[in-house]
Amino acid sequence: MKQGEGLLLGHAPRGFRGHIEAIDCGAGYSALPAGELERRLIELGFTEGSSIEILHEGTFGRDPIAVRVNNTTVALRRREAMAIRVV
Amino acid sequence: MNVVAETQARRFALIGTPNSGKTALFNALTGSRQKVANYPGVTVERKSGALRTPSGRVVSLVDLPGTYSLRARSPDEEVTRDVVLGRFVAEPPPDLLLCVADATNLRLALRLVLELKRVGRPLLLVLNMIDIAKRRGVEIDLARLSAELGVPVTTAAAVRRGGTDELLARLDELTAPDGLPAAGAPDWQVPSTGDLRAAQREADRIIKLAVRLPPKPDTLTARLDTVLLHPVFGLIFLLALLFVMFQGVFSWAQPLMQLISGGFDALGGLAGTWLPEGLLLSFIKDGVLAGVGSVLVFLPQILILFLFILLLEDLGYMARAAFLMDRIMGGAGLHGRAFIPLLSSFACAIPGIMATRVIDNPRDRLTTILVAPLMTCSARIPVYTLIISAFVPNKTVLGYLGLQGLVMFGLYAAGIVSALAVSAAAKFFFWRDDPTPPFMLELPDYKLPRPRSVLMGLYMRIKMFLTRAGTTIFSMMVLIWFLASFPRPPAGVTGPAIDYSVAAWLGRVIEPVLAPVGFNWQISVALIPGMAAREVAVAALGTVYAIEGGKEAAQQIGQTLAQHWSLGTALALLVWYIFAPQCASTLAVIKRETGSWRWMAITFGYMLALAYIAAFITYHVAVAFGAG
Repeated sequence: MKQGEGLLLGHAPRGFRGHIEAIDCGAGYSALPAGELERRLIELGFTEGSSIEILHEGTFGRDPIAVRVNNTTVALRRREAMAIRVV
Repeated sequence: MNVVAETQARRFALIGTPNSGKTALFNALTGSRQKVANYPGVTVERKSGALRTPSGRVVSLVDLPGTYSLRARSPDEEVTRDVVLGRFVAEPPPDLLLCVADATNLRLALRLVLELKRVGRPLLLVLNMIDIAKRRGVEIDLARLSAELGVPVTTAAAVRRGGTDELLARLDELTAPDGLPAAGAPDWQVPSTGDLRAAQREADRIIKLAVRLPPKPDTLTARLDTVLLHPVFGLIFLLALLFVMFQGVFSWAQPLMQLISGGFDALGGLAGTWLPEGLLLSFIKDGVLAGVGSVLVFLPQILILFLFILLLEDLGYMARAAFLMDRIMGGAGLHGRAFIPLLSSFACAIPGIMATRVIDNPRDRLTTILVAPLMTCSARIPVYTLIISAFVPNKTVLGYLGLQGLVMFGLYAAGIVSALAVSAAAKFFFWRDDPTPPFMLELPDYKLPRPRSVLMGLYMRIKMFLTRAGTTIFSMMVLIWFLASFPRPPAGVTGPAIDYSVAAWLGRVIEPVLAPVGFNWQISVALIPGMAAREVAVAALGTVYAIEGGKEAAQQIGQTLAQHWSLGTALALLVWYIFAPQCASTLAVIKRETGSWRWMAITFGYMLALAYIAAFITYHVAVAFGAG
């Protein structure tokens, strides 16, 4: 995987559309252990290749974000979204 | 033919992802034949009911808490896992797993189905909300879906009349002798991230083969969300909604409440004409009728509040509210998900505290439990209503806002602000160094609530409230009537009889402690049974003053209070009620949910301290302004 090509979903602006390139929970943004965060993300449908769109963001600090993943809408905080690399 | 298998009821379990309409399906299948209990050893609600198939066979159906995976992360999900795997000692594993999926959103549900297949129990996939899916143009090839999954598939529209016919016919076949396939060997293990990925890929492959999505997704939800989740308008809408809710609780309920209190007055009058003057009449009228009546009168308000909460839940707005509030609540150390339990606590802290089970992080859950009793529960409404209507003039301010409603809103706001402050303090003192746990939540599509489902929810709530009014509150009212009536005054005494009673003695014992906050002995007496349930204090005040001032006083508790209390005392009592841990059942639930006496004691202690300090300040400020 080439570095720097993807964008972290946690940094992406509202209206961003793309798909998931990789799930990488090693960066330590979230309080959850890497393996647990990865499982929860997959259980909510964040898998490689899924389409992504940031639909809404919160009032304060543009956080949390509401993300359309394939056919489902999921709310999460930007710090957990840092584990999702998108293109 | 096996006779035992025919006579013994089959046990089926409903399992599914959150928002799959599982509970609506459960309601449609079992009707009012529901039982709610707890699982042994844990505090998770166990909802079960009986359903009758078209040919008359009875099936016992268990509704399991929603989950995305058997990999349990919260007490709720642990129950789901343990029931499915047959790990409860007293319960054999279910004969059939009915896996419920939202037909408009199959992706996550199919992953769960693939995981459930490994459990080895007979499995039936129910595509719920098939009517909505059809209307939106979602095309599902049921035969293909079933073949690819290796699981039989049927459809349902739980909220429609006749929407469960097909499912029931299917259940009929399955409950016939030898209708169920044999259970396979259990092969479930906690899935690794690799397993989960592989299962999701397989689910996506099957969806590609068997499901055709419309070119345009649900635009109504998207359009509504551009307003309702808007950073500014979304919050304004939420606040307006809360305001309407409280105004509704306070003003719409009035006519019905007057009807109920009028009815009890008439009953009291009737008792007076049938029974001779004396102890028995006093017991019936001042003890039983006045007591139960003054509690039942708040049924309309409780109904309106629950109606709002049920409608918002069914609409799918609750998850949006959590999204909007996450950052604000996060600033106070609360989880966005805590919004739902805290909102339920406006009705009653007990379901609110039990609803904290949706919060998987133990720390977040504990904080939410600690502050939930500060939210203004419906049992405070009787006390607030009584004092506000007696002491706050019914006039309009700022053009159209009722002053009484405004004070009520202020009391609610004080509860919310103090809950946020306490949780911020708890975060600072107990969990300063802990990292912040995550907030991840599916936002379901909006759905029009169905009257039947809402009515069923309301019915269960009324039943709970009436049972409580009929048992706890009634027995407390009888007890306080005894305390206030015995011993009888010596013959020939002209003063009020209650002055010679046990209640007066008790009230005078604690009066010195409460005198600095402006409470007299009558209030001190009323606060004692108020520990059973907050609203009992109103009835108790009625009993204390009715017996003291003659029977006509009971009908006009408010007027009596206005004559006997200063404004300072009334305000101090209002403020006391924002904070005071005046509810034994809430404390019992906290003990049960946290599994420790320590957290119950901490809750009791901090609330009592806040109540005393705040009432003290209020009383003395009011006195300083000449309202003593």
